[in-house]
Amino acid sequence: MFDLPVLSLMTFLPLVGVLFIISVRSTKEDVSARNAKNTALFTSLFTAALGLYLALQFDPAEAGYQFVERMDWFPSLGISYYMGVDGISLFFVLLSAFLVPICILASWHSIKTRVKEFMIAFLILESLMIGTFCALDIFLFYVFFEAVLIPMFIIIGVWGGARRVYSAYKFFLYTLLGSVLMLVAMLVLYVQVGSSEIPVLMENPVVRDLQIWLWLAVFASFAVKMPMWPVHTWLPDAHVEAPTAGSVILAGVLLKMGGYGFLRFSLPMFPEASELFAPMVFWLSVVAIIYTSLVALVQEDIKKLIAYSSVAHMGYVTLGIFTATTQGIEGGIFQMISHGLISGALFLSVGVIYDRLHTREIARYGGIVKNMPKYATVFMILMLGSVGLPGTSGFVGEFLTLVGIYQVDTLVTLFAATGLIVGAPYMLYLYRRVVFGKQVNDDAAKMPDLNFREISLFVPLVIMVIYFGFFPGYILDRVNPSVDRLITIYEAGLQKGQMREAALMEAAAVKPAAGGAVSVETQNVDTVPAFAPYDPNEFTGNGDLPMPIINYNE
Amino acid sequence: MTFEYLVVFAPLLGFLISFLFGKKIGPRGAQIVTCGMMFVACFSAISLFFSVILGGSQYVVPLAEWISSDFFTANWALRFDTLSVVMMCVITIVSTCVHVYSVGYMSHDPHRARFMSYLSLFTFAMLMLVSADNLLQLFFGWEGVGLASYLLIGFWNSKDSANSAAMKAFIVNRVGDFGLALGIMACFVVFGSISFETIFAGVESKQDLTVNFLGFDVHALTLIGLLLFTGAVGKSAQLGLHTWLPDAMEGPTPVSALIHAATMVTAGVFLVARFSPLYEYAPIALMVITVMGACTALVAATIGLTQFDIKRVIAYSTMSQLGYMFFALGVSAYGAAIFHLMTHAFFKALLFLGAGSVIHAMSDEQDMRKMGGIWKKIPFTYAMMWIGSLALAGVPFFAGYYSKDMIIEVAYADQSWFGDLAFVFGILAAVLTAFYSWRLILMTFHGKPRADKHVMDHVHESPFVMTAPLVVLAIGAIFSGAVFYNGFVGGHHDAHHGAAAIHAEVTPHAGDAHHDGAMDEADAHHEMAADMHHEDTAHDDEHHDVFEAMKDRNLFWQNSIQVLPENDTVDAAHSVPFWVKKLPILMSALGIALAYIFYLVTPSLPGLFSQAFKPVHSLFFRKWYFDELYDYIFVKNTFRLGRWFTWSDRRIIDRFGPDGFANASNFVAKMASVFQSGYIYQYAFVMLIGLVAAMLWFAPLDLGAIWDGLMNFGKEAAE
Repeated sequence: MFDLPVLSLMTFLPLVGVLFIISVRSTKEDVSARNAKNTALFTSLFTAALGLYLALQFDPAEAGYQFVERMDWFPSLGISYYMGVDGISLFFVLLSAFLVPICILASWHSIKTRVKEFMIAFLILESLMIGTFCALDIFLFYVFFEAVLIPMFIIIGVWGGARRVYSAYKFFLYTLLGSVLMLVAMLVLYVQVGSSEIPVLMENPVVRDLQIWLWLAVFASFAVKMPMWPVHTWLPDAHVEAPTAGSVILAGVLLKMGGYGFLRFSLPMFPEASELFAPMVFWLSVVAIIYTSLVALVQEDIKKLIAYSSVAHMGYVTLGIFTATTQGIEGGIFQMISHGLISGALFLSVGVIYDRLHTREIARYGGIVKNMPKYATVFMILMLGSVGLPGTSGFVGEFLTLVGIYQVDTLVTLFAATGLIVGAPYMLYLYRRVVFGKQVNDDAAKMPDLNFREISLFVPLVIMVIYFGFFPGYILDRVNPSVDRLITIYEAGLQKGQMREAALMEAAAVKPAAGGAVSVETQNVDTVPAFAPYDPNEFTGNGDLPMPIINYNE
Repeated sequence: MTFEYLVVFAPLLGFLISFLFGKKIGPRGAQIVTCGMMFVACFSAISLFFSVILGGSQYVVPLAEWISSDFFTANWALRFDTLSVVMMCVITIVSTCVHVYSVGYMSHDPHRARFMSYLSLFTFAMLMLVSADNLLQLFFGWEGVGLASYLLIGFWNSKDSANSAAMKAFIVNRVGDFGLALGIMACFVVFGSISFETIFAGVESKQDLTVNFLGFDVHALTLIGLLLFTGAVGKSAQLGLHTWLPDAMEGPTPVSALIHAATMVTAGVFLVARFSPLYEYAPIALMVITVMGACTALVAATIGLTQFDIKRVIAYSTMSQLGYMFFALGVSAYGAAIFHLMTHAFFKALLFLGAGSVIHAMSDEQDMRKMGGIWKKIPFTYAMMWIGSLALAGVPFFAGYYSKDMIIEVAYADQSWFGDLAFVFGILAAVLTAFYSWRLILMTFHGKPRADKHVMDHVHESPFVMTAPLVVLAIGAIFSGAVFYNGFVGGHHDAHHGAAAIHAEVTPHAGDAHHDGAMDEADAHHEMAADMHHEDTAHDDEHHDVFEAMKDRNLFWQNSIQVLPENDTVDAAHSVPFWVKKLPILMSALGIALAYIFYLVTPSLPGLFSQAFKPVHSLFFRKWYFDELYDYIFVKNTFRLGRWFTWSDRRIIDRFGPDGFANASNFVAKMASVFQSGYIYQYAFVMLIGLVAAMLWFAPLDLGAIWDGLMNFGKEAAE
């Protein structure tokens, strides 16, 4: 069953496609463009087919990693090429594999320059995205995670709109800054624990004070990716300038890397720090939900509006993840999948009218339900999904995260649940201005309805949005064992921390009795402030520490 | 067994066929499909009425798994007990009438296939709501009807006012849904489940439980009760969240009849009645419901007095009647509330469809000031409006007489300050109700014609497809009160039956193996209940007479509504003083008489009155300024905040974040480039400074001593 290295195949197949595109040369521009498009489409479809195989072969009852592959990479350092998926990463892999062919098809006519290069960039992007979600070694993860930036940067910067250079750089710098900190954190982890394998790191959390610093470093990277308020400002710019396919992938997959990172790193590896910072994450999420919903309400640019709505929806994800409850985490994962489908499709639908009228300005449309009834129906369903109406996938994730957070903090829930209210007006208002109303713009009134190619893009997405709204079990059942395992790891980590602390206290309490005087160290241990920076020298001299702390200066 | 599926899924099928294949089957095909499916659903509902209520077998039909995350599970299921079957009958009958009526009413609309499909979608969602077996499916139906309402209010989507009204309905309802969603979560946390069985079974043991909410320790059941009620306030247009309902009249009239009068807006009443086992232990929540209902009944009636749009008058009347239902719920008279819900569904749908007929006849004119003098031209519609109004005003032997009087009596019988408040407000609202009903009739049909001649020449009676449904509804408006009185609220309180009603469980009918799986939980509870009440075991044997259930409310409701014996106001209402029983009729007569004086005998009076009481009149006419207030507080500020946040994204976050960072690095780079001047002497100078600094750093210099030395040097020099 596991004989076929599905994950590696899925990861590197797109690169084979790239090789083909590069190796086929043609002097005629249109011929090479056509070749590139066809090659890219077939490669990505084949990858998607592998994804289907992966989904079918996946054992839903298994909590651990499946399809594991391991190969020495840097044997002297113990770093290996280590791949595998569990219930948490499975659907991100599938999402990436299914969205890319749709994106390529969506770019069929809208990308007119450097088609070959665009397709190459997209295939590389696919390869890296899938790799990110499969990697089980932190350095492998880091390579994929960071390298994703490059093709995306190019896609925005080359095929983007008028302000593409500003947006591309903003995107790049924002994410890079966080990434640098993450690299540092990973190096520290590696040195401290002595392994770079994610499963090993999960089982061996470092001491609390170090956790705090590492958590913050990792947080900087994932929070930007997510994006969380207030480091979200790159997203609207990136979306606005990116070509349609870029936006779809950005919203559909790249944002999910942040949430995935929280699940893979922050929660299991730094449980004590996660618990400590959870309230901060909650409130940032609440601010994101309300703030960006209100901002979305006043946007005049369709893409910007949807971009801001993404930030609000991701607010639920972070909220759910850090509740560390089953419902919260499963809700968060489900919300990410669902948002990948819905907002991906929403950007596609913006692309449809953009291709016809070449403007993203809401006021330039209006009343297009008359000439584009099919489009109006599709857009309506997606809008309702975005609003989180029961019966669409948007509802399940949102509601589960709220159930999760309610068990932790009712005040946060109260504010987060206002998302039910503030999440509706901007989409309804958008729909009203673009689709309903009088036909005031002649050119908008003449736009043709969806053609066959466009319908075939939307149909699978819309069906999934509705299907998962009624039967989310397919996803939840497969996610559940891994989430339970994650929570077990998280709680075990917390317990380890408590035991460690208790042992420290005991050690400190024993000391004065032996020494006869209240020592300074006792007070230190007692009143260690929550945000105390990790000081490896703090405990030097305490020979009887319960746990050896490896001083990374040594 | 198939009836259970048909009643809910026939409308869904109708929706899917007419929506997806509307182009292929054409408008006529869509009409046939949707109406046909509705007839099927209606027939199924009525047959269920016989088997579930008269046959005394309540059960749950499990369908599929929906959401399951650890302990949080919610499954698709259809629950058939008296409460849900009563609702199903009301919904399917009114909906069928409205479907048929719409064939005529919308006959000129190019999108009538879509219209029919939306009506069916609504019906499906409403049926899902009432047949829910857990809170989440209820929420699904709740939002589903909201969606259908949104789509239908905004059906004429090139009209700006219709679009605004649709958005407003959706958003205001969302405010209520926010409360409902929190209530569902609170239920999950308190009871560990959102399934009705588990919740109701756990209520008694949790009656003293307090939970922490927003940092306060509050009574758990009261909290849940109030949160759920918030949802009801939104959906049922109670005071505060009512502003969407009058605006919803922008939708086509059949929509107003079906959604905004007969069914959807009563979902809140249904919700509270459904949770009667819980509310019985949450007296404070009941008090809030009573006060809210009483205030709504009165305030809405005062607004109804002054409006000129024929549909808005009826809309405010609906709101007022919903207020009645709520205060009935608040005094634990759940049966009375549902009774009024049913009779109201008939006569209010009749009034709306009648009004639609008038509007149809008047070439889409809705302003009553431009009507008048048409009763001879459309006598049938006129008669129908009379029947509806008589029922609404509670004139004896029409349906409203039984249900509304019952409500006023239970309020009196509650013997509490809020019961008295509700009684007084109810009586006052009764006068106003009768007054505005006849004001509507007199302004619309009597007096001199105020429409222009062209319109008057076109006044015509509606076609048969529109009048036939009116007849059906009129029959309901006349007879439903008398026929169902004993079943809904009749029969004397009997400790034996009362206890049985409270503690018997919804169990699968003997020999009906179909639902065994889902009912394990209920079975377990049933055994527990049976243990506690051995004396009730003989209860089931009393069902021999099929129509027994129509004579006694305890048999009728079975256990779908549960009232604590000490709260049983319906029973007490049977023995209220004579004057309480007769007062509502007198008040209605007074209202009708006043309307005649004002609008037929001396038509100058209304103008004089509105001049004399100008402040009061404008308060009523401007709907107590709710819209202005909300617009000022919420709508404007929301947009203001949105703009401000957009600004802060650019000017604060970006400015001090990435752009600031970029500028700063630019600046540093520029500064650094200054050093790259190429002049040897500058390099030498910098080198020198660096050397000195390095020496200072490494040399063990005592800067303090140098400072002292310098100071002393100064002093010495001064000396």
